[in-house]
Amino acid sequence: MNHPEKAAVFLEDKENAKWHDETLWFVRDKRDVVSKSIPEWEELRETASQIKDNVLSNLDEYLVEFERNALANGIKVHWAKDAEEHNKIVLNILQQNDCKAIVKSKSILTEECHLNQYLEKNGVDVVDTDLGERIVQFLNQPPSHIVLPAIHLKKAQVSDIFHDKLNTEKGNHDPSYLTNAARLHLREKFLAAKVALTGVNFGVAETGEFVVCTNEGNADMGVHLADVHVACMGIEKIIPKREHLGVFLRLLARSATGQSVTNYNSHFRSPAKGKEIHIVLLDNGRTEQLGREKFKNSLKCIRCGACMNTCPIYRRSGGYSYGSVVPGPIGSILSPGIDLKKHSSLPFASTLCGSCSDVCPVKINIHEQLYEWRQEITKAQTSINAKSLAMKFANGIFSVPFAYKLGGSMMRGALKLLPHSITYSNLNTWGKERDLPEVPKESFKDWYKKNKL
Amino acid sequence: MNPSREYILNKIRALRQEVVEAPIIPEFEVAEDLVSTFKISSAANKGEVIDREAFVALLESGQYPRIYSTAKGFESYTNITVPQDPHEFSDLSLAVVEGQFGVAENGAIWLDEENLEFRILPFITEHLVILLDKKKLVGNMHQAYAKIGNTKSGFGLFTAGPSKTADIEQSLVIGAHGAKSLKIVMI
Repeated sequence: MNHPEKAAVFLEDKENAKWHDETLWFVRDKRDVVSKSIPEWEELRETASQIKDNVLSNLDEYLVEFERNALANGIKVHWAKDAEEHNKIVLNILQQNDCKAIVKSKSILTEECHLNQYLEKNGVDVVDTDLGERIVQFLNQPPSHIVLPAIHLKKAQVSDIFHDKLNTEKGNHDPSYLTNAARLHLREKFLAAKVALTGVNFGVAETGEFVVCTNEGNADMGVHLADVHVACMGIEKIIPKREHLGVFLRLLARSATGQSVTNYNSHFRSPAKGKEIHIVLLDNGRTEQLGREKFKNSLKCIRCGACMNTCPIYRRSGGYSYGSVVPGPIGSILSPGIDLKKHSSLPFASTLCGSCSDVCPVKINIHEQLYEWRQEITKAQTSINAKSLAMKFANGIFSVPFAYKLGGSMMRGALKLLPHSITYSNLNTWGKERDLPEVPKESFKDWYKKNKL
Repeated sequence: MNPSREYILNKIRALRQEVVEAPIIPEFEVAEDLVSTFKISSAANKGEVIDREAFVALLESGQYPRIYSTAKGFESYTNITVPQDPHEFSDLSLAVVEGQFGVAENGAIWLDEENLEFRILPFITEHLVILLDKKKLVGNMHQAYAKIGNTKSGFGLFTAGPSKTADIEQSLVIGAHGAKSLKIVMI
């Protein structure tokens, strides 16, 4: 199913769709309030965007510098050109440590690599420790949002899942009660794990350190108790200097959840005595995207999720309707670069209102890139579908002035007479949830003739 | 040579990109009253700023059966045997540590290995108290990183509040995996 088909399924439960829409707007609203409390907000965004321009234009040098410093700090550095190699590297580290169970904090990158499934197939038990991720993991679902993984679920559903998996009281929907049950359950896992895996928010070339941000503290609970910390990082997560962290940490949480900063911002520079830190640097299509002039800015993304919270389509279609690891506007410009055919409907899942670009903390021109992808996809599409047939017809009319004039008056008549059954038939997807406009009595041309000044 | 390393680096180099200069981070104005701004920021994160008297009363209240304190002048409140294995902190009721400095704009406090002999401590403890010198406040994160400079701690942490989550229907719950409360003692 493509995006509009899955969105239609999502919208069948009208009440739930409304709730989803309102809940994400609430988060967007919090972001607005907190960002407006900083007078230099726009300047900060611009600075962040320019730092990322520098990063992308000099990425090879920064990666080498990062590696050199990380090695000097006693961190082991691995390079993976694709998901398969990434997963093998991780499995290899686990096997060397004779490890059959890991705890993992939120990492969209490992979702991208389908690491959990790979490890499980190879006999490793993976426990996602972010509360939202644990909830969706119990359901065998991927996250539906990159910051709020279980945003599509209501507390009653979570209560049922926890009753089933954690033996909580049936019908107790209290979020505090449920969170505490998860706390006790995951504490056991933290205390038992020998290897902990995390994502990376920022890797600093100058120092070879990397930063992981969470609100729950789950990343730290995992890594400081385990003997081995494996950090998985996309190559675009590099920033040049430590001072640049100041810019990004001011933007990240404010954009993501409307907090002034995440609760825990951990800077890992070298392993604690007797322990190991591994970093896996992953390409998986990123260098490809870097080579696409029109789309390379998508690599500036710091994964705050603000574009999802603000997007009228995301809010009203849910994360799963996108069928891509990163949903929403940013996902719709990243995913076609990975698999154009599979994700060809995503750049059309937008009103091009530009709100995503307006809230983006690193000023990615998301809506412009969505428009660009549409051009690429239309060019790549050889089969004629209903829409392109209409477009060809329109093209004929617009290129002949007489046909346009005649067509206009016919259309004004037709809009009045067009039977409901045609406008709102299943053939015409436009007619869903839309009304035809009120028809003016005369064309603009006729009006202009009469009223010439 | 690692073939994937070369593959990735060569792919980037083949693009022959012109290097765009990194910007200079502008100097931004900060709040005049750092102490009151810090308190407001901390409260928004569900942290609580208390004074020395309130802290001592808390320590002596008996509500924390297992205390580990590394803060200068308060070491004697430690009532556990300091474990070799940090896993044994799992039933700790209260940890007391010193913070290096605080950030007024967001209530974050910087700690590094000087303050954290055990990296797990501020996370595994049920409740956390951080002592903070009110003269050691900076306005924003830019000043904070200027203050950190190029110190070389193996681990550093900005912590801004108790552990929290809103993953169940966006309802805020304090105490996800880490400390269920954060109190900051300003001295």
